[in-house]
This record gives sequence, structure tokens and C-alpha cells, in this order.
Amino acid sequence: MVEVRLLISSDGNTVQLFMMQFMLLFSRQGKLRLQKWYVPLSDKEKKKITRELVQTVLARKPKMCSFLEWRDLKIVYKRYASLYFCCAIEDQDNELITLEIIHRYVELLDKYFGSVCELDIIFNFEKAYFILDEFLLGGEAQETSKKNVLKAIEQADLLQEGILGKTPHNMSPALVTATPSEYKWFQVGVERRKLKRQQLPELYCPNEVRTF
Amino acid sequence: MPAPIRLRELIRTIRTARTQAEEREMIQKECAAIRSSFREEDNTYRCRNVAKLLYMHMLGYPAHFGQLECLKLIASQKFTDKRIGYLGAMLLLDERQDVHLLMTNCIKNDLNHSTQYVQGLALCTLGCMGSSEMCRDLAGEVEKLLKTSNSYLRKKAALCAVHVIRKVPELMEMFLPATKNLLSEKNHGVLHTSVVLLTEMCERSPDMLAHFRKLVPQLVRILKNLIMSGYSPEHDVSGISDPFLQVRILRLLRILGKNDDDSSEAMNDILAQVATNTETSKNVGNAILYETVLTIMDIKSESGLRVLAINILGRFLLNNDKNIRYVALTSLLKTVQTDHNAVQRHRSTIVDCLKDLDVSIKRRAMELSFALVNGNNIRGMMKELLYFLDSCDPEFKADCASGVFLAAEKYAPSKRWHIDTIMRVLTTAGSYVRDDSVPNLIQLITNSVEMHAYTVQRLYKALLDDISQQPLVQVASWCIGEYGDLLVSGQCEEEEPIQVTEDEVLDVLEGLLVSNLSTPVTRGYSLTAIMKLSTRFSSVNRIKKVVSIYGSSIDVELQQRAVEYNALFKKYDHMRPALLERMPIMEKTASNGPTEIVQTNGETEPSTVEAKHPPPVTQPTNQANDLLDLLGGNDVVPVIQTTIPTKPASAGGELLDLLGDLSLSGGPAPAPAPSVPTSQPPFLLDGLTSQPLFNDIAAAGIPSMTAYNKNGLKIDFTFERANPNPNIAVITIHATNSTEAEMTDFVFQAAVPKTFQLQLLSPSSNVVPALNQGTVTQVIRVLNPQKQQLRMRIKLTYTHKGSAVQDLAEVNNFPPQSWQ
Repeated sequence: MVEVRLLISSDGNTVQLFMMQFMLLFSRQGKLRLQKWYVPLSDKEKKKITRELVQTVLARKPKMCSFLEWRDLKIVYKRYASLYFCCAIEDQDNELITLEIIHRYVELLDKYFGSVCELDIIFNFEKAYFILDEFLLGGEAQETSKKNVLKAIEQADLLQEGILGKTPHNMSPALVTATPSEYKWFQVGVERRKLKRQQLPELYCPNEVRTF
Repeated sequence: MPAPIRLRELIRTIRTARTQAEEREMIQKECAAIRSSFREEDNTYRCRNVAKLLYMHMLGYPAHFGQLECLKLIASQKFTDKRIGYLGAMLLLDERQDVHLLMTNCIKNDLNHSTQYVQGLALCTLGCMGSSEMCRDLAGEVEKLLKTSNSYLRKKAALCAVHVIRKVPELMEMFLPATKNLLSEKNHGVLHTSVVLLTEMCERSPDMLAHFRKLVPQLVRILKNLIMSGYSPEHDVSGISDPFLQVRILRLLRILGKNDDDSSEAMNDILAQVATNTETSKNVGNAILYETVLTIMDIKSESGLRVLAINILGRFLLNNDKNIRYVALTSLLKTVQTDHNAVQRHRSTIVDCLKDLDVSIKRRAMELSFALVNGNNIRGMMKELLYFLDSCDPEFKADCASGVFLAAEKYAPSKRWHIDTIMRVLTTAGSYVRDDSVPNLIQLITNSVEMHAYTVQRLYKALLDDISQQPLVQVASWCIGEYGDLLVSGQCEEEEPIQVTEDEVLDVLEGLLVSNLSTPVTRGYSLTAIMKLSTRFSSVNRIKKVVSIYGSSIDVELQQRAVEYNALFKKYDHMRPALLERMPIMEKTASNGPTEIVQTNGETEPSTVEAKHPPPVTQPTNQANDLLDLLGGNDVVPVIQTTIPTKPASAGGELLDLLGDLSLSGGPAPAPAPSVPTSQPPFLLDGLTSQPLFNDIAAAGIPSMTAYNKNGLKIDFTFERANPNPNIAVITIHATNSTEAEMTDFVFQAAVPKTFQLQLLSPSSNVVPALNQGTVTQVIRVLNPQKQQLRMRIKLTYTHKGSAVQDLAEVNNFPPQSWQ
């Protein structure tokens, strides 16, 4: 069995910790889209945990609650369109606020990409990581204002001298391989979504694209 | 060389792959290109290549060859390179590889960089994956950044400090001065991370906790401002102002208020305010309420406030949102010990949650329901729980069954109810109950003398209905054997007596012997029952016939039993009635945990103790022990104080004769000592679960050995080969202490080479009494599939006369019989 709880104080007593152990994003087909580990584990262990969790979460019915007791951790997950957002927290931690953290991350992605869908995260996975790292650090939220996170990301993007850029998902080559679910937008806020959809053509101008 | 393809293009190409093999081929091709580009030390495209590698890594392909490239990117001057480099480092490296230490210097430089975003990247990486060495080296930089006025860096530095403290707790002190002004910060990011930092420090050190108690009024003020202030768009979540910060403050207050009257007093009002003012239509409001409830429960809060908290949870239970219901059950479970009556009021709602479709909720509801069972509600609660047991998923049955057993044992209103309940469990979830439930129930039945007739009748009826539930069949067989006469005579007062003949009863038992559904253990129970009936029924000839048939059974255990019983019929018929007499009433022992079993083993294994000192409990010289074994478990009752006068004292010896020179030993423990034959009961009546004949012969020959003898601590090993797997050697350690002071905190650890597998069961005690006045026993099971020579390294730690002692020893002189 993989030991997940590795943080033990020097006197050998486990300290009550409230931190996120890892966060995984995976699709309904079980494909991993993002992984962030806040505890040191070997690649093999990470793969094992991922496989096990993806299976367990996908097997759950939609009407079930978002929490899962798994080993000595608690898994909090939520599905947005085709993508599952899944966090492992300590047994003692507040599950409901973790749901809010997940939701906040989704909102950040949504604001950044403009009506985010799975394809955005596939093609711009590094951006998704940058946003996450600007929101969480070492498994704790570092910023509670959406505006500040996005501002930081935008400015860092500017620093990048336009070498990295976001890719539109409605660019035809991507669409060829896109499944309908990957193309489905997350339902973050209904009104904003409508608004964003109208803006889409303008936002996703292919000329803007600059990739590696 | 042409420019490598772009990241997005690669992603697109890979996504066109139709099969796994096709994808693998593409990736391999690309990896080869990337490798050669790395080899050429190509700086222009390194960033692009690493990014591609990260994508392939996410798909599950190996990418470790990019580790060093990440370090090169980090060292680059370009922000793009750094950004991807740090990202790659976080994904591909971790503190287990020494490579990560090469980053330390780069991170150090970047922490002092002039661009805050570069500093931010460095802080983020350190806070995500910094090892303890790295943390030691960079803690100074982090501390410096914690004092800057730049809130972007300050918030990151605070969380980095948290990480440093987690990795190297002794560095905590150095962050203390920097915490001084943290809470006066206006920026919520800094405020939030500071609260996290303070929480971490308080959790880790009682001194810090005492020091930071003075911050309670300030925290209360911040919280008050949050809930009182009007709408602030920047931090608003569904009408609530910065729930993340609120939750964090409530959590810190919880730690500060725990076991401290003054602090608890100071936060009482604000907690009441949060509890009453928070809007609960959305998840986020409930998240805050939940945290508030936990805080109220943990601190020394006023009773009114506690009632308010429990009522909030009660409201949660009725919420439509499953998540909220789950949280309510979890927290009620935490408080049920302290506020039992308050939780009790929500009993019916909780029981309703047993019917929920969601397993997470069901499990919690089940645990909570068991916690709520008491003498007053046992009948009603058990009805619900038995109904649940009947309908629940298989994964719940074992836990639910043992829960019912425990609750029934504790609160049973009558013996009859108790027996009925256990029988109900056995009929509905028989195949899921733990092994010890059979002996437990048998013991319970034996001790309820007035219920014998009723029980045997009920069980007989149950057998007629269903013989697939093995534990039930075993108990029923045992009871029929024991009380067959009561069954046939139809003297049941509790219920309408049934009319059965002796032959019908024997038909049923013989049916068990031949049924495909019966396990070998069940057959053993059944044969023994038939044997016992030979003194209770008149149809002895039929029984003789059955017994002799099984004398040639292919099941060794059954055959042995039959042969022994046959001998009893032939040679020792005069002793048969006495031997097969009804079981005496047993003393109740505590529930049978694994430790208990070990102790049982220790107790029936008296050689070491006896050799040196007269044992405090005289070993019963009659068959008490092996009669107990008839109950079918080693774990039933280790010692019977009462002797049974009807047993002829010579029976033991004679029966030993009967079995010739097989030198059998009874009891579950290893039997190395020839010095105690009188206390070793004959095997004849040995129970169903003790070892079969042949292993015993083998085991009897393994001599014990002294594994360690130093500083007055002596450790002896005795051996036994476990059945049914002869590859397992069961070693019992006996630790004695000849010094005049006792050894406390005694821990015995053992390690074996990789070809073996080792299992250490729990020790009988962790105190070795002085002057050889007692033994600590512990059972080790060693799986030795290759039959190699046993070697073992042992580690002993204990406290002797106030000082801690630790010693290592290697044990190589195992007797060959123990492993061959």
C-alpha cells in the first residue's frame, strides 16, 4: 500500500494537517488531463493512485455525493461537463470549502480561456498549471481574489514575450479530433456563458495563435 | 536539422492516433527526436521540447530524461524558459532524486531576482517540492520575502514558510519575528496565507500556541469585519465575503480556543454571530457553518452555543444536498461522544439516512446509528439495523454484523432477545460475519441455561430452511449435539414444541456431512455433534456406523476425528458418557481481539513460565482446555478456574495411552516441552480448529531456543508449523526479565531476508515484569516458501530504570526443523 501521509513532525507524532495532497483532472473516458502532487511520491505510486481513483470516481453515479473515503484520505470531486476535478484532502479537512476551491479554479480557467472546455485544457495544459500555481501553493490557497490571480497570470504571460500563446479550440485541426464532450463548456455561470459564446469568434481569432 | 514540431501540433497529431500502439509509435518517434535535440545542447528549442515531454508524461510515458533539461531551463535568463523549466521540475522531479538539489542555487538566485514573477516561480516551486535540505538552505530567503511590502511575494512566502516548517520543524522559530505584523495586512491573500502559517505553527508547538493566543481578539475583529462589511465584489462568493478566509480564521480560532477558557470566552459571541448570520442557501455558506460547528464543538464553548451547533447539523441532515448530509453525519459522529443526548434527538433522521442510495452516506449513517444505540432504544434501533443488514451492499455486511454483535452484547434487554438477534444476523448475513462469532455465540448459548431448549429448537428449524450459511450451520450442529435430547423430548417453554424423532435429527446432521455446501470445518462440527448424540440418543448403532464410515474419509481432519471416536466406541466405551457430557458454563471474557488470541496462545503455553516460577494460575489438569476446544475456537476462553469433578483424573493419561505413542499435544500453542505432559490435554476431544494430527507430530519435535540473552533480558523462541500451510512457521517469543526493575515500553521488532515474509502479531504486553515474574509473548508468523534457512534480525527497544535501551541482534541458530 502506498503511504500517502508522509508529513510527520520530527517527534514522530502525526500532526493534524489540513492540506490538499494532490489534485487530478481527468476526463469521463478516464484520460488524465492535469495532475498536481503536493506530497512526494514516486511515479509508480502516482500512476497507481491515479488509476485507482479514476476508476472509483468514474464508477460513481451522478446523484451521489461528492465525497469519497479512500484509504486514509478524503476525495472531493466534482464534474464539470466532461471533466472531473478531484482533490485529495486530509480526513479532518473541510470538504465543503474544498468544493469551493475546485469551483474557484474552474472559474479562473473559465475567465482565462473564456468559456473553458476540455479542449482548452488539453491544448493549453501548461496554462492550466500556471493558473493553478498562481491560485494554490503547496496545497493551500494563496489568493482569495479572482481578479488578483488573473492579473498575475496575464502579466506573466506578457513577460513571456508572446512566445507562448493560447490556442483556440475552434481551430479546425483540433476540432477534427475533438469529441463532442471535450467541446462542451463547463457550466460555471449560465449568464456569463451565454455572453461568452457570443464573443467567441472574436476571442478565438486564429491569427492570435503563437505556439511553441 | 529542421525545427522540431510545435507543442500544439504534436498534441494534435497524437490525438489522431486511433490505437494505443499507433500513439506509442508516434511518441517514441518524437521522443527520439527530442533526445537527439537534447544531446546537441540545442538552446533554442529546449523549452518547446520540454513542454512536449510534459504532455507525453501526462499521457503516462516516461520523461525522466528531461529532468536535467528542466534545470537548464531554470538557469536560463528567459522568462519563458524559466516558466516551463520550473513547471517541468515540479512535474518530473521530486525530493527522492538527488538531482533536485542542483536546483537549489538557481532557486536561491531567482528568489532574489528583480522581477516578482520570477521570484514567484521560485517560491512556488520551493513550496511545492522543496526537500528538507533545500528548505534549510533557502529558509533565510523565504523569511526575508515574508517581510517585504509586496503582497504578491508576501503571500507566497507565507505558504513557503508553511512548507519549510512542515519539512524542518525546528526552523519554525526563525519565522516568529516576521509573523508580528502579518495580521494587520489588508490584502486578503496575505491575510489568508498568514492565517495558514499561524495555524501550522500553533499545531506544531505548544509554545507557539500559547504565544499566539493573544491574537484571538484580532482574529475575532477580522472575522467580524468580514461578516459585517457590505458587498465587496473582489472577495464575494454567492453573497458571502471571502469564505476561504472565514474558514481559515475559524479553524485557527478552534486551535487557539481548545482547552483554554479565556480564548474560548473571547470567541463565543462571534461564533454565535457567524452561526446565526450566515446565509445557507448555497454550498459556500454551509462550508462556513460547518467549520463554525466544528470550532464550537472543539473549544470550551457555552452550552447554548453547543446546542445551536448540533441543531445546525440537524438542519444539515434534512438538506437536499447530499454533500451537506454527508458532512452532517461525519460531524455528528465526532460529537456523539460528548453531546450524546443532543445527537440522540436526531436519531430518526439519521436512521433514515441508512436508506440513502449513496454508499458514503450510508456508511456514515451506519456508524452513527451504532454509536446511538443504548439500553433504551436497543430494540427499535436493532430492528432498523437488522433491516439494513438484510438489504445493504455486501461491503457493509461484515461491519454491520459485528456492530450488531457488539451492541447486542452491551445492551441486550434479555438473553432470549440476544440469542434471537445473533441468530437473525447469522441467517441474513452468515457468510459475512467474522470467524469469532461462532465461538462467541456458542459461549452465549451455553451460558444461558434456561434457553437451551428454545435455542436448539430454533436452530434446528433454521437448519431445515437453509444449510448454506456456514457459521449458522456450525452453531446449529454444535447445539444439536449438545442439546439433542432437549430437542427430541420437545420441552420448549418459550415456543410451541416441535415433534422430531432421533432419526430425523441424525438425518439432518448426516445431510450436512455429505452436502456440497458444507466446509470441512462444518463437517467436523457435524461429526462431533453426531458423536455427542451417542450418549443422548438411543440409536447408538446408527451413530457407530456413521462414525466408522468417516474413518476412511479423504479429509484428514475428519478421518482423524472419526478414527478417534471409533476408538472411543470400542476400547473406551466406559468413559464415553463422561467424556461427552454437556459443556460446563463458561466464564465470560472480554471480546476477542487479535491480542486476546495471542494471549491465549501464551497462556496455554506454559513452558517458559513454569520452568522458572510457579505460574500464578495453575494449569487445569483435566480436559477443561480441550473441552473448550470443542467449542471450536482457540479464542474462546483461555482459562477455566473451575474444575469439573465428574472427569476422572486418570482420563487424560488413559486417553494419551489410547493414542499410543503419537505424543500428541492439544491446545493451539506450540508444544516443545516434554516437561509438561500432564497439562497437555489429549488430542482426542480436541476442537475442530486445532491442528490436524500430522502437523502436530512435526511441531512437537521442534526444540525451543534462546534468541537473545543480554542485560537481564532473555528472549526465547518456541516453534510451531501452522496448518494448513506448512510453509508458515509460527514462532512465539517469550521475553523475560531477570533484573530487579521492570522494562517498560518494550517493543520487539524483527526483520527477515526478502525471500521470507514476516508478520508480527501484537504482543501480550509492553511491560516485562522484573525478577522473571512474568513473560511477554508475541507471535511471529514467517512465510518461508522456499524452505530456506531461517535468519532473522531483531531489534529490541525498552525503557529500563528510566533510560531507553535499544539493541540489535542477529538470530541464526534456528533449529532446522523450524524451516525444513
